[in-house]
Amino acid sequence: MSTAVQSHDPHPATEPSYLVSKRGLMSWLVTVDHKRLGLMYLASVMFFFLIAGILAIALRTELFTPDQDFMSAQTYNQVFTLHGAIMVFLFIIPSVPAALGNFLLPLMLGAKDVAFPRLNLLSFYVYSVAAVFLIVAILTSGLDTGWTFYTPYSTSTGTAVITATTGVFIAGFSSILTGLNFVVTVHKMRAPGMNWNRMPLFVWAIYSTAVIQVLATPVLAITLLLLIIERSLGIGIFDPAMGGDPVLFQHFFWFYSHPAVYIMILPGFGIISEIITVHSRKHIFGYKAIALSSVAIAVISFVVWGHHLFVSGQSELAGVLFSFLTFAVGVPTAIKVFSWVATLYKGSIQYNTACWYGMAFLWTFTVGGLTGLPLSTLAIDVHLHDTYFVVAHFHYVMVGGTVVAFIGGLHHWWPKMTGKMFNETAGKIGCLLVFIGFNVTFMTQFFLGHQGMPRRYYAYLPEYQTMHQVSTIGSWILAAGLLWTLIYLVHSLFKGEKAPSNPWGGVSLEWETQSPPIEHNFHDTPHVHGSPYDFPEIDKSGGSAHH
Amino acid sequence: MSNEHAHAPAHDDDEHNPHLAHHFDTMGQQTAAAKLGMWLFLATEILMFSGLFLAYFILRMFYPEMVLEAHEYLSKWAGGINTVVLLTSSYTMALGVRSIQLGDVKKLRLMLVLTILCGCIFMVVKYFEYSAKFEHGMLPGKFYSAHLHGYEIDGLPHIFFGVYFMMTGLHGIHVAIGLAIMLWMFVRAGRGEFNAKNYVAIENTGLYWHLVDLIWIFLFPLLYLVK
Repeated sequence: MSTAVQSHDPHPATEPSYLVSKRGLMSWLVTVDHKRLGLMYLASVMFFFLIAGILAIALRTELFTPDQDFMSAQTYNQVFTLHGAIMVFLFIIPSVPAALGNFLLPLMLGAKDVAFPRLNLLSFYVYSVAAVFLIVAILTSGLDTGWTFYTPYSTSTGTAVITATTGVFIAGFSSILTGLNFVVTVHKMRAPGMNWNRMPLFVWAIYSTAVIQVLATPVLAITLLLLIIERSLGIGIFDPAMGGDPVLFQHFFWFYSHPAVYIMILPGFGIISEIITVHSRKHIFGYKAIALSSVAIAVISFVVWGHHLFVSGQSELAGVLFSFLTFAVGVPTAIKVFSWVATLYKGSIQYNTACWYGMAFLWTFTVGGLTGLPLSTLAIDVHLHDTYFVVAHFHYVMVGGTVVAFIGGLHHWWPKMTGKMFNETAGKIGCLLVFIGFNVTFMTQFFLGHQGMPRRYYAYLPEYQTMHQVSTIGSWILAAGLLWTLIYLVHSLFKGEKAPSNPWGGVSLEWETQSPPIEHNFHDTPHVHGSPYDFPEIDKSGGSAHH
Repeated sequence: MSNEHAHAPAHDDDEHNPHLAHHFDTMGQQTAAAKLGMWLFLATEILMFSGLFLAYFILRMFYPEMVLEAHEYLSKWAGGINTVVLLTSSYTMALGVRSIQLGDVKKLRLMLVLTILCGCIFMVVKYFEYSAKFEHGMLPGKFYSAHLHGYEIDGLPHIFFGVYFMMTGLHGIHVAIGLAIMLWMFVRAGRGEFNAKNYVAIENTGLYWHLVDLIWIFLFPLLYLVK
């Protein structure tokens, strides 16, 4: 299947890799190397993925029967809130940009580092401080507002709202700093010859994401600041009893949090563009269309927040406009999906684990995208609002889209990051478990929601029990698949074969340097002469591509 | 946007420039990156304040008469003096940037001192303004107690003072941060870190200070000169 391609690197690999060029704990704690910071982010986001994943399994297990099993209603509220808040703010948002993006962006651009390496380090520590705040919130009185912190409940509940929102506020700064760093890096750090039309699509996706991070997150910052002040000083701006307006909070919150959905999914699109084209050995179909559709999605993402307020009492005209604009997101998104499928057509597809995840994404993300259409239809949304249909929809986008892409990307670049190959058979078993488990869990929830099961309820009517049980069993399969993946990836670190510099035959710059790369990425600054997807003639025999 | 200069062959003097970080090829590239980063940062600042401006407009739309009445209790004199002081400080800051462009470190340091002085005057005036509000019970939200001090304002003035303190408070924090940065620049200039070829840190400090000034230019009429 996958055969190693000979390295382009004319230099013998005498220089030590970034992993061992400096030694000792301090060399990691104060590193400004984007690759080390990428790994540190990777370890952190994986830790929080595990924590929030355990919470999710606890929720699903509680829902196995209609009545209370092992947690009280209050505990249940806390667990789903923390599951959401940790997943969104400490895992998904930083997952692809801060972990994979940090590692890959300078490599793909042919640069020695990001534009502001020390800011990058600061950004990591800001993220860590945010994580501490959220953990303190969990350990003190918890949080039961849902991850959206809607007022007036969030200003009156007795749980640790201030600690938790301060954590999210701080996490936002980390996100802003990373985004700012990436925008400047893409503008100013490209290698000679790397013009905008020669940038890998992952870079385009990370760039669009970074623009949203810079432009949307400050609004979240002021929203949370107002919430904190409202709760501590009672200024009354969101409190109807004092003359304020709770819907204003929802507008503020979603003005950030809807673009944030695209902060989460756009990097996933970038990964899929790389995986599909490299593993099918074929030039990407519609390079410019995919690149510019990322930018289009970034732009549209700022004008659709009102679709979260269809039943919150905004004006009918606003509802109609937001509904129409929401449909508009489907156009650039469909352009991407069609382009990926067209890329596969007549390609020389190598069915590697990363490619399997790419294929899984095409299914799960498309289901997630298509089920967004009924939700953006005003009349239907009134029925589906706040049901499991919504839960299933956004999990298909966030987990079936972003997380599947993230794990796929992790497999695609694992050899580059760690210098080790993982076991392909183990990888495919893991992918199959994740795919089956995910679909069993969430496909069921579309039906549950359509039949009227509301979200965030810890007890339910007995007629929903069968479907809840199917969903819960699915979640166990999904968890097993993810744990299996964790085990063989960690195993590969110790027992894996040494990775060649270009195991999949990619032609973007990161494959030109050794695996794992040297501290300054390249021995000599690379000069770029063509597209990152100019693969040599397709070898129909399915063998390796030789240069 | 342009990449033409970014990777031009390094000039001889660049290669030995102690201020050039390892991951940049030329000083031009390094300066351009720093400036673009600063402009992006300023964009985030504007967006953060825009949330407060929006809150202000909603408040004014909901309760136009209350805002009109409550604003009478803000001191137009104090606000006006502070506007003049901040505008002057922007001028001295601009002169400071000009001085270092011409390589005049002494004049840069003088201008930084003048700018810091103006910033301090602003904070002192603000202190007296805030003290008066505290004394009269014109405080945000549930702490509002002006009616107990004999000031009857119709409607819901506690929200007006909530927004007033949020906007001017957040702005005041930015002024304080600006003062700290300028002090730091003053020290660095004293160490001889800046010259006619390396002054992007001063320029960025100036950009930040101008933004702080600019936000005040909007706050002053919106809060003090409603009528």
